[in-house]
Amino acid sequence: MPSLFERLFGKREKPAETAKNRLKLVLMHDRADIPGPMMEQMRQEILTVLSKYVVIDEQHLDVSIDKADGGIALVASIPIVRVNAD
Amino acid sequence: MSENNTRVIVITSGKGGVGKTTTTANIGTALANMGEKVALLDADIGLRNLDLALGLENRIVYDIVDVVEGRAKLRQALIKDKRTQNLALLPAAQTRDKSAVNPAQMRQLIQELREDGYTFIIIDCPAGIEQGFRNATAGATEAIVVTNPEMSSVRDADRIIGLLEAQDLRNPYLIVNRLRPKMVKNQEMLAVEDVQDVLGSSVKLLGIIPEDEVIITSTNKGEPAATLEGNLAGQAYRNIARRLRGETVPFLDLEEKTGFLDRLKGLFGSKK
Ligand SMILES: Nc1ncnc2c1ncn2[C@@H]1O[C@H](COP(=O)(O)OP(=O)(O)O)[C@@H](O)[C@H]1O
Ligand SMILES: [Mg+2]
Repeated sequence: MPSLFERLFGKREKPAETAKNRLKLVLMHDRADIPGPMMEQMRQEILTVLSKYVVIDEQHLDVSIDKADGGIALVASIPIVRVNAD
Repeated sequence: MSENNTRVIVITSGKGGVGKTTTTANIGTALANMGEKVALLDADIGLRNLDLALGLENRIVYDIVDVVEGRAKLRQALIKDKRTQNLALLPAAQTRDKSAVNPAQMRQLIQELREDGYTFIIIDCPAGIEQGFRNATAGATEAIVVTNPEMSSVRDADRIIGLLEAQDLRNPYLIVNRLRPKMVKNQEMLAVEDVQDVLGSSVKLLGIIPEDEVIITSTNKGEPAATLEGNLAGQAYRNIARRLRGETVPFLDLEEKTGFLDRLKGLFGSKK
């Protein structure tokens, strides 16, 4: 049962909705079935290319599969330490 | 009845504990009570349970592995149900493992049952996606995927649907088991439509079974709920059997949304 606050100031996502959204996402991921080694290789190659231009914080590099409108997307978060001077 | 008319249906789920064995016992009993000649095959080798659901555990002499390894004839190993004339069980072996049977042997067994004039052969599949799954699906021509309206169960169902496709078992039937109408109404539990939506249109909804105490009490007694009057789960299973036979039976009007379930329960005189 939503609280008065929730009813006045917009509703929170219902548990069933949360479950459905999470499921849709994980199933897209499961179905895409990109094998671990391939993911790792992609990560490495992206790093190699970008390293020509910027110094990357490899510790916090994150490449993952995510939901995009109607499909799935490869989402990379690449923290840059600084731009290569030369 | 020619052997070509035999329906060979595997009941599967991926995840354990979602209701495969319960479903096999109930659909099998319901079909037999409608005049079909039904053989139930427990393919969960090492974790025998279908005998308990049917109340036949004390009558087992031979099992599926005895047949496959030639110690018994198929007809000797088949146990006739106590109450239902047209129903027979081929029990799993309890002390062997899944590698004791292979897909070719399963196909051979099913062929023999076809020749014996069974109109339905229903196979209770073990959990998992390994050899037990491959055995159980080997001779099947149709599949029923059982899921609960719950995340991990639906996820595993999706995986199983993919694996069934790879075995040429396309467009499986879907049974959503253990639905709690009140929780669905409050949007606390996935609705049947949600489950169908995430699994996609390749599955055909065959039935919805509510969470029902009668499943526990009837299993305790070894009498499938489908043989008992005045309970919703049994009614839902009988409806599934009718649908499998080609009848158009409306769903117990998506019990969850309208409070219909409560009214129906009221009709049956259950106080809730
Ligand atoms: N609709 C239901 N309502 C209540 N309990 C259920 C229902 N379906 C299954 N169960 C219970 O859940 C447990 C697991 O069911 P079972 O049929 O053995 O699952 P599986 O064969 O998939 O492992 C059993 O104890 C059974 O009584
Ligand atoms: Mg089981």
